Amino acid sequence: MEFKIETMADYAARGEKPEVLFWVGCAGSFDERAQKITRAVAKILHHAGVHFAVLGTEESCTGDPAKRAGNEFLFQMQAMTNIQVLNGYEVTRIVTACPHCFNTLKNEYPELGGNYNVFHHSELLQSLINEGRLQVKGGSYAGKKITFHDPCYLGRGNSVYEAPREVIEKLDAALSEMKRSRAKGFCCGAGGAQMFKEPEQGSKDVNIERTEEALALKPDVIAVGCPFCMTMMTDGVKHFNKEAEVKVMDIAELIAAANDL
Amino acid sequence: MFSQIIFILLLIASVFLFSKNVRRISRNIKLGRDLDRSDKSAQRWKTMFMVAMGQSKMVARPIAGILHIFVYIGFVIINIEVLEIIIDGITGTHRVFSFLGPLYDFLIGSFEILALLVLVACVIFLIRRNILKLKRFWSKEMTSWPRTDANLILITEILLMSAFLTMDAADQILQSRDFSHFTQAGAFPVSSLMTGFLSSVSSEGLFMIERLCWWFHIIGILAFLNYVPYSKHFHIFLAFPNTYYSNLKEKGSFTNMASVTREVKLMLDPSAVPPAESAAAPERFGAKDVFDLNWKQLMDAYSCTECGRCTSVCPANQTGKVLSPRKIMMDTRDRLEEAGKAIDKNGADFRDDKSLLSYISEEELWACTSCNACTEACPVNIDPLSIIMDMRRYLVMEESKVPAELGGMFNKIENNGAPWQFAQADRFNWAKDNS
Repeated sequence: MEFKIETMADYAARGEKPEVLFWVGCAGSFDERAQKITRAVAKILHHAGVHFAVLGTEESCTGDPAKRAGNEFLFQMQAMTNIQVLNGYEVTRIVTACPHCFNTLKNEYPELGGNYNVFHHSELLQSLINEGRLQVKGGSYAGKKITFHDPCYLGRGNSVYEAPREVIEKLDAALSEMKRSRAKGFCCGAGGAQMFKEPEQGSKDVNIERTEEALALKPDVIAVGCPFCMTMMTDGVKHFNKEAEVKVMDIAELIAAANDL
Repeated sequence: MFSQIIFILLLIASVFLFSKNVRRISRNIKLGRDLDRSDKSAQRWKTMFMVAMGQSKMVARPIAGILHIFVYIGFVIINIEVLEIIIDGITGTHRVFSFLGPLYDFLIGSFEILALLVLVACVIFLIRRNILKLKRFWSKEMTSWPRTDANLILITEILLMSAFLTMDAADQILQSRDFSHFTQAGAFPVSSLMTGFLSSVSSEGLFMIERLCWWFHIIGILAFLNYVPYSKHFHIFLAFPNTYYSNLKEKGSFTNMASVTREVKLMLDPSAVPPAESAAAPERFGAKDVFDLNWKQLMDAYSCTECGRCTSVCPANQTGKVLSPRKIMMDTRDRLEEAGKAIDKNGADFRDDKSLLSYISEEELWACTSCNACTEACPVNIDPLSIIMDMRRYLVMEESKVPAELGGMFNKIENNGAPWQFAQADRFNWAKDNS
């Protein structure tokens, strides 16, 4: 990166606290494609002058995939260990680009002793734009057709439908909705720990069904807000050999690219 | 006098039988585990008013939604007429509310219009189910009984409404002929159109027809009342409490198992003293059977009217997997009925050797993406996902039965804090790259 990504430990060593903790998540940390989303988020935060920190190697899986797969023990072990770290740094605000981490941190950690204000990156981008801290240059995406695929754990899971759309609209792009959108959004197929296993026998893969629906709109970009959706939709676009015409991009990547970050 | 006695006996018998069935269902629901939903009563009332009384989720599908509103309003309003019929039946009066004058005309007139709307809606519903064969009414779990159940309900409602209108048609001709006690009462916007083919019938014949329809209508209603507890149609009662006791948390928020929290705290802090209650027999982790589900999940099962909106939006089901959220609810109810019967026969503590897992396969449970499309689609806020999750918990934590890849994922989280095989030390490497 062109600038130093600071950790909570760096801040603590100076006796300071960042404005917000950026929870990167496992996909954002390790998955090559999702790492690009992580870097885009970091660049935008840096560009907007947000003092943020990450946990770095002190971060660990939130436990979401274990919980959705029925392993409540492992989930709570992860949760309580993470809560010790987060409370140790007296974290109050968290932003994450993963709706699964977002949902777990926001809804399932409080009962176990972890109380934080948790935001999905689309919500933080929206408020940075509204506060005037982040200007979006529409330029490169002006007039392009973009469709947004609602992540289940952001949309139905937490009723966040408008923030990602408002961010996309700042690009002066033509936002084109799939028939199954917002509360009626159709899953990419990765939730509930499906990301980590082969699907059951069926007539079709879920991501193929969903990508087909998105491609029918003939978009320039399929926008996503979740690293798992990114994997599933990218695979779907490849399945239809459309990767030359249609890009799958996270909303943070769109904003970063539009602003030449 | 004789007919009054017959009527009173019939009424007592059917109310008795119905209350017996309600107690049976209520007992079965209470076989579930405790769950506290006594909070936020204002928000709960609001949810019930919107979702059950206001039918807010029904209209997500406009055709079925609007037709259903006709039947729903018809059902609620026409019950005022049933009250009159019951009083007439007990006391031997005829149209006891007719003293209301213009208001009575208005009421009877509205009942007739509603009756016609109900009739038309039910005919369209029958066509959608049996001629157009809408996909969601013909999926795998819609075996012969669920389809017959649906058709029986629709046909019964059509017959009841036809009897009601025919009765009014005969009645108004008798009124115009000043026959016996048939005094001028009521307005008949619909049945007046049917008088043509009855006008040549003698007054005695019309009186026979009127009485026949009257008895058919009320016996039909009493019989239907006692059919409903055995049918998917029980939603007409349970839709209200079931929406009142809805899950009010964000859909993404799954329960944290308190029993696990206790154990994890002990593991992380060996000096912690285990609570005294741990001396009691430990509760099973997750759900193997209906007894392991909470009462709301069991109420959900009795509230399901098998409309299939959940299944029609389920990504697993729509891509050909065996999972169907509607089947999860139907299986839960069938198993609960079975377990309840076994208890009736053998005593409260009796447990047969079957379980909900005899009905729901592991393949179904593992196909779920936990996307909440089913809970969003359900017009009465049923939550099939929570049952799927509780059963996964049982499989994983009690039986260690988990798809191999997921077992591997668990190990990776335990060993390196991520669901993939990467070293914890590499977690921050993304910041080194500049692409």
